[in-house]
Amino acid sequence: MAVTHDDVRHVAELARLAVDEDRLDHLVAELNGILGHMDALGQVDTKEIELAAFAPSDSTPVRADSSGPLKMLAPLASFAPSVKDGFILVHRLASHEDSSDRAP
Amino acid sequence: MNASDFASLSAVALAARIGAADVTATDAVDASFERARSVGAGEDSLNLMLWSDRDLALRDAAGLEAGIAKAGKGGRLAGVPIAVKDNIATLGLPTTCASKILAGYVSPYEATAIVRLREQGAIVVGKTNMDEFAMGSSTENSAYGPARNPHDVRRVTGGSSGGSAAAVASGVVPIALGSETGGSVRQPAAFCGVVGVKPTYGRISRHGLVAFASSLDQIGPLARNVDDAALAMEIMSGEDPFDSTSSSQPVGAYRDQFMSIATNPAPLSGMKIGVPEEFFPENLDPGIRTLCERSVDALKSLGAKVIDVKLPHTPLAIPVYYIIAPAEASSNLARFDGVRYGLRSEEAKSLRDLYAITRSKGFGPEVTRRILLGTYVLSAGYYDAYYRKAQMVRALITRDFGAVFGDGVDALFTPTTPTTAFPIGGITDPYEMYLSDIFTVTANLAGVPAMSMPIGRVAGLPVGGQIIAPHFGEAAMFRVAYALEASLGPEAHQ
Amino acid sequence: MSTDRYEMVVGLEVHVQLKTKSKAFCGCSADFGAAPNVNTCPICLALPGALPVLNEKAVELASRAALALGCTLNKVSVFARKNYFYPDLPKGYQISQFDQPLASNGKLRIETSKGEKTIGITRVHMEEDAGKSLHDRYPGETAIDLNRSGVPLIEIVSEPDMRSSEEAGAYLRTLRQILHYLRVSDVSMEEGSLRVDANVSARPVGQKELGTKTEVKNMNSFSGVERALDYEFARQCALLDRGEKVSQQTLLWDANKGEARVSRSKEGSHDYRYFPEPDLLPLVLAESWINEITASIPELPADRKKRVADEYKISSDEIEQLTVTPELADYFESTARQSGDPKASANWVMGEVQAALNASGLSIDELRVRPADLAQLIKLVRDGLVSHAAGKKVFASMLETGKPAAQVAHDESLLQVGDDSALAGWIDEVIAEHPEEAKRYISGEKKLQGVLVGFVMRKSGGKADPKRVNQLLMSRADGG
Repeated sequence: MAVTHDDVRHVAELARLAVDEDRLDHLVAELNGILGHMDALGQVDTKEIELAAFAPSDSTPVRADSSGPLKMLAPLASFAPSVKDGFILVHRLASHEDSSDRAP
Repeated sequence: MNASDFASLSAVALAARIGAADVTATDAVDASFERARSVGAGEDSLNLMLWSDRDLALRDAAGLEAGIAKAGKGGRLAGVPIAVKDNIATLGLPTTCASKILAGYVSPYEATAIVRLREQGAIVVGKTNMDEFAMGSSTENSAYGPARNPHDVRRVTGGSSGGSAAAVASGVVPIALGSETGGSVRQPAAFCGVVGVKPTYGRISRHGLVAFASSLDQIGPLARNVDDAALAMEIMSGEDPFDSTSSSQPVGAYRDQFMSIATNPAPLSGMKIGVPEEFFPENLDPGIRTLCERSVDALKSLGAKVIDVKLPHTPLAIPVYYIIAPAEASSNLARFDGVRYGLRSEEAKSLRDLYAITRSKGFGPEVTRRILLGTYVLSAGYYDAYYRKAQMVRALITRDFGAVFGDGVDALFTPTTPTTAFPIGGITDPYEMYLSDIFTVTANLAGVPAMSMPIGRVAGLPVGGQIIAPHFGEAAMFRVAYALEASLGPEAHQ
Repeated sequence: MSTDRYEMVVGLEVHVQLKTKSKAFCGCSADFGAAPNVNTCPICLALPGALPVLNEKAVELASRAALALGCTLNKVSVFARKNYFYPDLPKGYQISQFDQPLASNGKLRIETSKGEKTIGITRVHMEEDAGKSLHDRYPGETAIDLNRSGVPLIEIVSEPDMRSSEEAGAYLRTLRQILHYLRVSDVSMEEGSLRVDANVSARPVGQKELGTKTEVKNMNSFSGVERALDYEFARQCALLDRGEKVSQQTLLWDANKGEARVSRSKEGSHDYRYFPEPDLLPLVLAESWINEITASIPELPADRKKRVADEYKISSDEIEQLTVTPELADYFESTARQSGDPKASANWVMGEVQAALNASGLSIDELRVRPADLAQLIKLVRDGLVSHAAGKKVFASMLETGKPAAQVAHDESLLQVGDDSALAGWIDEVIAEHPEEAKRYISGEKKLQGVLVGFVMRKSGGKADPKRVNQLLMSRADGG
């Protein structure tokens, strides 16, 4: 499976990374190089693992509803870049039209 | 207490003397800062420490001394200065993961491992240099420049816990904390000639360890000797209600057996130690091979039965690791978006820009590469072929260990790395860099405990021998290591 | 009408906030209405190094809901990360469940004007809520409040079994009532503890294949859902009639304008890259625990309606009203039992009590007049100590003062005298004072009864029980 320039652009968008067009060639080559080594995995027979029943014994640990919050020894304002009246502020979404507009 | 005293005292011995008020915690902290200053000076600065606060450390020391004066005891690590890898949350000092994206960030809570060490009197003297977000095998991927190997300052310390390894090797602290995802404690320990331990996955809480690859990450101690490393392990290990992946398995008293080992001429009799053929390829560096053979002879003389074993899926470990780790990392690093903490781009004019510019300016090239790789292998159409497949092959790797250990083998012995420390700037191809993890990565994938200890020098550079044990088999692992260390004696550093 | 040629196919995804004290994965309070960002911690702020730990109450409430909806609880379910970027999603992913959800294969029986129907429920899964983004509070900025980030939710996904907006409305109302009865959520669309996303498509009547569906969001009431579905269906039908294709899109309902417009967020950017959450182990439910939860399910609406109707002989029109919430049903039943008069209790509850609730905006649990108090009033009226009209006044005073019925009646001189000897005394006096009318009445002029009763009422200062006076007068006329 060869990685194309469009693949890298698409993946960069998903990861919210701005990739310079002039770095693109280099990245595509690097990723293809790395992924080329991964192709060996396709040859490995993992049928046995697939068939082995997924039967975990331990359930994820749970916490009591009234266990109380994890304390912070410094307030939000001490590390948040922009706080006003207790709210965290960011630039208003460019695509936004009304208060409901959100990603799913 | 003078500088050379300090640099030669084990943590155990230092804590005993401080607990007995023979030496003060302040003296120890002063000695540590003095040593740090001297190795951090000039052109050949080891560049091992990123953040430290002398006043804060001295206040902690004074507090401890007051406690000792009042209650008579200060804990099992009373007054012992420790250095902490910069991806572990500490109060009072920044936690930046050697990344610009977290520049100046001071955590409002502390890692469980740190809390437990402090409860035993340890004093945090600084945060150590590392590969950014633990992604790397040389500490060259730091936003603050590479750390340098104390044995040869033109060479890497290894990574990603390079700063911590150098801190112990150069005598700044007797114990330092690192973290493991693919070998990041053992490999730098081998390159720097110190002991480094990766616990069983789930042995030490990850609460407060900045996540890289959640199913692989573990905090691990580095120290100048096995006893100190075992003590740190005893203190940090144990279930934590803040980490759902931490294990409820009881923590062994790993050091109890050490006294009897010291007086026993054949302390490993009754033990079977496996030597996996996949870790001794034909092209293994002959100097490293010779040292491993010497150690195997030592193990035999200590009474162990040494046999050849196979871990046939070992060659798949690097591809498996470099799919799983970046995939999990791409998700774990999504929280670094400039919104709630850390770097926020000033130039951004929209939310979209805020994310993209902050992350592109804040992350270095290796981190960017891995996030892209990780996002790709999880993306629609590729998930089954890459991520899901890799997890299944991972299960095969784990089975390999299960088969060997289930067959009566108590521990494995291998070289820790295929080479000694390479020159700074010596490896530029990313995949070639990934290959330096080849002997360490399988233990992370299977979740079994493993450690590196010095077994000699090649051309003056340290070589590490690796001991791997079954899940929660730290006691057996330390038994072998302690006995081997005693047997090799000063030869381990020659 | 083009819509007659097509059939509407609707599936609904309902998100319900679970009523736990703390959040799904951390101990912060899940309460509504606190100042921005006070209910946050390293975990729900997604600070570096913080890890999730599951709230056992969330599992309990989610499981109870799933069972009440007829689902099979999966012994093993797995949490998964749903990865996307949004400022009120701190981790850059939401912890949800993907291919191994908590529960599956449930059903809901609904009733519409066309009769009864069963709507399938595909799955119920657990997930965490995101925070809130306020886009219009500060110009040029979006204000983020993460109090809600991490609150536990369940997502209930229906099969595309609904065929009209009426069915969708019935589904939602029935679902909400069940969840309310279970006490697992406040289920309020206004408060945001219940949210609905609708998937709707159109196909020519008779066609088996489903048409392309669109997703409609941003409705904030059940009637809004109904209107949005009708609007979107009509739009799709019009497109199909013109020979055009329906594109798969997400639309946002604008209740003010009565229309849905395409959301600006791009398709294709929704690759969530789901993978199992490595910070949590799978959720494994023990058989014994499942049995305990099943046993703890309270009486559900359908059963309660039937039982209350049978036990108290309540008609089908009234039963809906009396059981609309479990709290009201509890109130009614308690009053009926304590007063021994279900019919009167029903009338009072649907009448004065409901009116009081409407006027005050209080909930039934907050009403000052408790069942025991109302039962006492009912008994007073039944025993003739207070007339029905006076009873309403007594009720109003009880609401205001909190005093018990008997005391209010006494204090406000609303007690009737029903004591026969006192009444007889007054009747005797009236007969003595009005001999002509009395004689004519006793000899058969029934129409004078009202006049004589009036005299007795005046003489008693309004306190005589008019019903009893009538009876006594009548028995006198009959020769008593």
